[in-house]
Amino acid sequence: MTRIIKYIFYDILRTRFIIFYTAFLLVCTFAFFQIDGDFGKVVLSLMNIVLMAVPLVSVVFTTIHFFNSYEFIELMLAQPVNRRSVFLSEYIAVATSLCLAFVIGVGFPFALYGAWQSISTLLVTGIFLTLVFVSLAFFSSVLTRDKAKAIGVALLFWFYFSLIYDGLLLWVIYTFSDYPLEKLTLTLIAFNPIDLARIIMLLQLDISALMGYTGAFYKNFFGSNMGIFFSASLLMLWVFWPILVSMRIFSKKDL
Amino acid sequence: MALDQVNLELKGGKSYALIGPNGSGKTTLIKSILGLVVPTSGNIQFTGKSILNDWKYREKIGYMPQIGRYPENMRVGQLFEMMKHIRKDKPKVDEELLDAFKLYKIYDKRMHALSGGMRQKVSASLAFLFHAPVLILDEPTAGLDPVSVEILKEKIIREKRMGKLLIITSHILSDLDEIATEMVYMFEGRIQYSNSIENLKAETNESKLNKAIATLIRQRELLESVTE
Repeated sequence: MTRIIKYIFYDILRTRFIIFYTAFLLVCTFAFFQIDGDFGKVVLSLMNIVLMAVPLVSVVFTTIHFFNSYEFIELMLAQPVNRRSVFLSEYIAVATSLCLAFVIGVGFPFALYGAWQSISTLLVTGIFLTLVFVSLAFFSSVLTRDKAKAIGVALLFWFYFSLIYDGLLLWVIYTFSDYPLEKLTLTLIAFNPIDLARIIMLLQLDISALMGYTGAFYKNFFGSNMGIFFSASLLMLWVFWPILVSMRIFSKKDL
Repeated sequence: MALDQVNLELKGGKSYALIGPNGSGKTTLIKSILGLVVPTSGNIQFTGKSILNDWKYREKIGYMPQIGRYPENMRVGQLFEMMKHIRKDKPKVDEELLDAFKLYKIYDKRMHALSGGMRQKVSASLAFLFHAPVLILDEPTAGLDPVSVEILKEKIIREKRMGKLLIITSHILSDLDEIATEMVYMFEGRIQYSNSIENLKAETNESKLNKAIATLIRQRELLESVTE
């Protein structure tokens, strides 16, 4: 399996996309440092990038990579290699390279300014979000043989979780504002990995008041540490279910 | 459904010609044997063990696909290096075809720059590379120039003499006449006829395989029109 991972890594590096991604994150982070020297504000600005751009890049890169390496996968599957290990190798290679790009791109400037402490939560949630959206993109890739369709579905996941879901949530809260909705919103948030990541970061930064109603309630309900632990475990679930389901589909797929 | 109630036993040491019109399910059958296509029902066994959920048995199969699809950005040399690296368990490789086709000359060409025939040569060399006791060749001679066809045919015959199990599909029946001993005729996902080529020739009173098959098909059609 390590041999297969090695070749996928090699292939990913050759496309140079990962290098551009790292450079983009580096430029952004350095730019935020130029605008404001306050680490807290830099982290807050970066948070928005993490919540929007990281999932988008993960989703698009993963689907394109999966379909570009279709030939490689076909070639491997005619060899004495387990289907699951081919699939897992793909996942591990893609996820690791995206995570590395993120950690280097965001972490390096902070290390340079000597502010490792303030960045740790941002890094962890960014890695989590990368993993979640790589999983979702793999899921959409095994659903269909059509590249365009797969990218469409993957983008829909991103669009849904980063924009539509919050709109729906607001609508629910607004419409049923006469009822006690705390627990309901709490449950609904668990169904959106981006919201979970946002909550972890906001609880950590101790600015949950900015998130208004739910944030305050969340903090009240769990206290900081419990809330972070709870959302982190939910995010783990979001990493694992799509990849397990897609592995199941892939092991029965006709090539 | 591409395949329907296929019941077939392939024995070691024999060479099978898989024949049938386009879209009759030959490639699907081959892909099922390789585990690339998973059957919705039924079972496939390799040396007595079911291949569903197994993958180790593939080390005994050398496969030459009909349309070789390879990582397009890879160089030919890199591709061979990679395959050898992934099959580290087989340190001894058979590079006879690599030399015969003079593939070392194109080692630094990228796969996307190769013509159909060159690609076919790469596929053939890969199939024979690991001394597999079972060889599955899906239209091996299609797109090859006459000299290369002869090289490949000689190689196939040599492998056959070593007692390997060969499964070959082709539309060039004169090629099969020299290579195959058994014939499997497929039509619309079913196996219509399966016998040794000698028996087929005796049954149809023909001495050439292509004539024998034409007669066989005509007989079948006649039979069907009578029963209808």
